[in-house]
Amino acid sequence: MGETVIALIGNPNVGKTTIFNALTGLKQHVGNWPGVTVEKKEGELEYRGRKFHVVDLPGVYALTAYSIDEKIARDFIVREKPDLVVDIVDASNLQRNLYLTLQLLEIGANVVVALNKVDLAEEKGIKIDPKRLEEALGVPVVPMVASKGEGIEEIKKAIAENLGRKPKTLRYPNFEPYIERLVKVIELDGKLAGDYNPRWLAIKLLEGDEGIRGIIEGSEKRDEVMKELINVKKELERKYEDLELAFADGRYGLIDQITKRAIVAREERMTFSEMLDEVFTHKYLGIPIFIGIMWATFKFTFDVSAPFSDIIDWFFGWLGDAVGSHIANDALASLLRDGIIAGLGSVLVFLPPIAFLFLAFSWLEDSGYMARAAFVMDRVMHRFGLHGKSVIPMIMGFGCNVPAIMATRTLEDEKDRILTILVNPLMSCPARLPIYAVFAGAFFAGKEGTVITSMYLLGIGLALVIAWLFRKLIFKGEPSYFIMELPPYNRPNWRGILGATWARTEKFLKKAGTVIFGGVVVVWLLSVTGPSGYLGSEALENGELLVKSWVAVLGHALQPLFSPMGWDWKAAVALFFGFIAKEIVVGTLGVLYGVGGEETAVSHAIAASGTFTPVTAYAFMAFSLIYVPCVATIAVIKGEAGWKWALFAVAYEIILAYLVALAIVGIGGVLA
Amino acid sequence: MAPLSFLNEGAKARIVQIVGGKGVFARLTALGLVPGREVRVVRNQMAGPLIVAVDDTQIALGRGLAMKILVEVE
Repeated sequence: MGETVIALIGNPNVGKTTIFNALTGLKQHVGNWPGVTVEKKEGELEYRGRKFHVVDLPGVYALTAYSIDEKIARDFIVREKPDLVVDIVDASNLQRNLYLTLQLLEIGANVVVALNKVDLAEEKGIKIDPKRLEEALGVPVVPMVASKGEGIEEIKKAIAENLGRKPKTLRYPNFEPYIERLVKVIELDGKLAGDYNPRWLAIKLLEGDEGIRGIIEGSEKRDEVMKELINVKKELERKYEDLELAFADGRYGLIDQITKRAIVAREERMTFSEMLDEVFTHKYLGIPIFIGIMWATFKFTFDVSAPFSDIIDWFFGWLGDAVGSHIANDALASLLRDGIIAGLGSVLVFLPPIAFLFLAFSWLEDSGYMARAAFVMDRVMHRFGLHGKSVIPMIMGFGCNVPAIMATRTLEDEKDRILTILVNPLMSCPARLPIYAVFAGAFFAGKEGTVITSMYLLGIGLALVIAWLFRKLIFKGEPSYFIMELPPYNRPNWRGILGATWARTEKFLKKAGTVIFGGVVVVWLLSVTGPSGYLGSEALENGELLVKSWVAVLGHALQPLFSPMGWDWKAAVALFFGFIAKEIVVGTLGVLYGVGGEETAVSHAIAASGTFTPVTAYAFMAFSLIYVPCVATIAVIKGEAGWKWALFAVAYEIILAYLVALAIVGIGGVLA
Repeated sequence: MAPLSFLNEGAKARIVQIVGGKGVFARLTALGLVPGREVRVVRNQMAGPLIVAVDDTQIALGRGLAMKILVEVE
């Protein structure tokens, strides 16, 4: 006997993740569904000595299979036939949530309803009697407040007790005779009737579901089924104009009956949510408030994280020196100190700002504000050919493009999604900030703030213009329809927020960490060796020695490319290594100028070197912003959109960076 | 009968018809926007998306989509 499989399903925002975590604890892992990049979360639940395999299905409103998520959820329930399906229902939103429940019952799944957020429902003035809901639905109902841990034990118990239960058949009075006629013909094919619930097949055929037609095409009784389908449809169409609509009507009719029985008290209240929405989604106030909140988020992030970053910076500097001074072998000491430890430090220094930014975003999402942000920004985004929901991954890009690109999964339409992915690297991540700081400090003393801000704005502006251009040229047509549920504003559930923050930070650490770390080690290797062999660790501090290294060879080879912008070979090398990660650019310049990685020192050295003018420095900053994202970002683009788009992103960004830098030098030259 | 997008804030109406393909219909149905249901316009600023309430759900709808939902004002 195989293991017992429990599937978890529910609408978005019903608290599915909280329940999944509560059921499986630490025994869970994340993968991808075969063939697609939608996350597959699985875990183990142990209850009274029994083991259950729990699969968390994507959050969906229905099983019509129009989006990838719906298709995955439906295929899993239909094909894998889990032993039990826990349908998580938001009690404060019973009517709409029951639509999915009815579809599950149609398929013939063994459903247990987890009636979550009963506290929120009561706050809204809705009182539900779980016993009556149970009677009306014909499946067990467990009331819960998952965010407070209430009902977890009860749901475990319900899972264990209801295995193998035969679910009650759902009847649609208006269609019953017709469904039965079709079922009779479908049952002629024993294999078909064994693989699928014949009633479900019949309903879907009547609704005109293309996918189900495909299943019937493969049956040996195909002709009989199709013939009967045509007959039944003809009769039904005399009564109803549109069968799909008639079934939707039938379902909602049934839902009305069920909710009438189950909801025992209801009073209208102007909820807190509605009051907040008066302000947050206001025509004129909405966008200024959005900008204000974003500003506060970044202020919070950078102010709070700065001391942590300083500590990490200091610690790795100390560790490197301590380790280096205890090892006699120069090459080994340098590899440890300047390669591995410095590499680790350069990655971990970004951990605090990224973690705090994700903490702030997770809180904004959990509170319900992010959905409003998408609503408020839709008008602006739409004008540039983007979808309202694109705004969230784009803002997250300011934290790190890696998880930001993963966050585009909330966009259902493939064109919208790829377009949002392609422009995401133009959102300036914190790794570019040191480059701006060094150059602004060197050439725009006293105006650093303005100059750095202009870089962020340049990135946003270019992202919007490029999106508009690509929409006109490649992704012809309009962005897909904007439709999203606005969840009620929530009091923060800190356990959930911290979980989401950690998941995103971990992605940054894993994806970016390994690549950036590797990159720093490669830079070290190419700096301390040259055509003549090992140069000694002094090469990292001594410019004259470094001229003999592979790095210099590379720089001289690349330099002609950048001569129109007036950059020297050192700048070329820095940009080349910036391809691995933008974090490396300043460090590389520090090495090349023989002053180490400290920002102010690098800034002074660059100002004193005389190779840059304010104009060429500004062009260098812009080039750093635009040209190729780091390797980790490219890897994520490849994972989410495929090789073709990853290469496309690299190509267009190099060209764009070059053009913008040239333009800055050109215009700056005229003005100067 | 008028498109949902023409209604003022606070107006209540019953959905009569959805003009559009299967995909549009299925998505709206899943969120509770089905012919026969009553909707309330929570936000309509005559530009950009709208917010409508169906039962206990608040849904943000693009203006283009709201043009495809024909309603009868009550």
